[in-house]
Amino acid sequence: MKKNESYEEFIKGVWRDNPVFAQVLGMCPMLAVTNSAINAVAMGMATFFVLVGSSFLVSSFRNWIPKQVRISCFIIIIATFVTIADYTLLALVPKVHKELGAFIPLIVANCLILGRQEAFASRYPTRLAVMDALGMAAGFLLALFSLGAVREILGDGALFGVKLFSENFEPWVIMILPPGGFLTLGVILLFFNWIKFKKDEFLEDVAEAERSGN
Amino acid sequence: MNTRVNNETSGPSSMRLVLTLAIAGLVSGIAIIGIYESTLPTITANKARELREAVFKVLPGVGQMQALVYRDDELVVVESQGKDEPVIYGGYDESGEFVGYAIPAAGPGFQDTIAILYGYIPGDKLVVGMEVLESRETPGLGDKIYKDLEFVAEFSALSVEPEIVSVKKGTGSNPNEVDSITGATISSKAIVRIINEAHTAWATKLPAPGSEPAMQVAETASTEAGQ
Repeated sequence: MKKNESYEEFIKGVWRDNPVFAQVLGMCPMLAVTNSAINAVAMGMATFFVLVGSSFLVSSFRNWIPKQVRISCFIIIIATFVTIADYTLLALVPKVHKELGAFIPLIVANCLILGRQEAFASRYPTRLAVMDALGMAAGFLLALFSLGAVREILGDGALFGVKLFSENFEPWVIMILPPGGFLTLGVILLFFNWIKFKKDEFLEDVAEAERSGN
Repeated sequence: MNTRVNNETSGPSSMRLVLTLAIAGLVSGIAIIGIYESTLPTITANKARELREAVFKVLPGVGQMQALVYRDDELVVVESQGKDEPVIYGGYDESGEFVGYAIPAAGPGFQDTIAILYGYIPGDKLVVGMEVLESRETPGLGDKIYKDLEFVAEFSALSVEPEIVSVKKGTGSNPNEVDSITGATISSKAIVRIINEAHTAWATKLPAPGSEPAMQVAETASTEAGQ
């Protein structure tokens, strides 16, 4: 039973309550750094680290942090993790750090992270909070990657810098430019909502069939 | 009114709030200092290696380099440059013979400042290489200034006399002409302008060909040899 519970917290972030496709949070890094798959993944990993780390700390200390200063404490915790991620990326992968530039410090302002601390980590036990953070972060990483992959394939004819098509492929440059981000995100959101709509319709049909059968 | 009073009295004291934030800040500060100190050597080493690679790339045939600054009307060798002091790099071959200068320069591009490093041989008055160190040019268009190898190759034997000019693609024939990139005219012109400006600024400061500062053996190495 307990295992199911944490699994449930994990999977809801990856799919049903996906931070980008369902909650539409964290749009700034989503649109800004997804012009190539590698940038998107690096950003996703950095956010992953920050979200899981701060959820763990916030949840562990939730009984000690007075609620009047909780937001300030969350921000201090998040900012510390972001600084750690910033310097680690700069030391390990300077090229990627250069591309991501100002968007790494801006993870502090990602409403997805603060939102999870306030809505979940500060109210639930550590195990569940970490599962929730893992799920949300994985969902965010998945969303960033799908956007980055689509944009890089269409806009540059490559994935992770590996050329996919022959010389005749004319890169669709607008996909790497900001408008491409909005277009791709729009199409993905449309698709996600269409699935949801179809699923609801299907469930209704089933319910109706059951009623008439009885 | 009553409930408000109750809330205030039942809440934690201000002292506790202040202490919580102070402790959080203190721990966070220590963590940040820790990560800064532990990554700093790697970061500085990375930057130095990047610069070295760039200098060797823009000056073919170079095996050693040293930083030079312009002080009291002459170029002097420095171990570490002062703040805001423009520095250039002298490139020497393995035997210590002077090859050319690698000159860092920066200027406005299409989106943001473009920082480049170019190799200059004063004897022939030729630019022999160009490397973009930093730029935020449009991906797919402006970033061709370093991704388009044809354009980068334009700078492999470029005369600075009387000055470099950018021309339409395919029309460059003189040794001082650079073919612009189609779709990235502003970025290509920016590179040319940056080199021209840097050249004008440095032309009078560089010593006459043949009297360049000699390669200095690192001081630590010489003292070790003395012992």
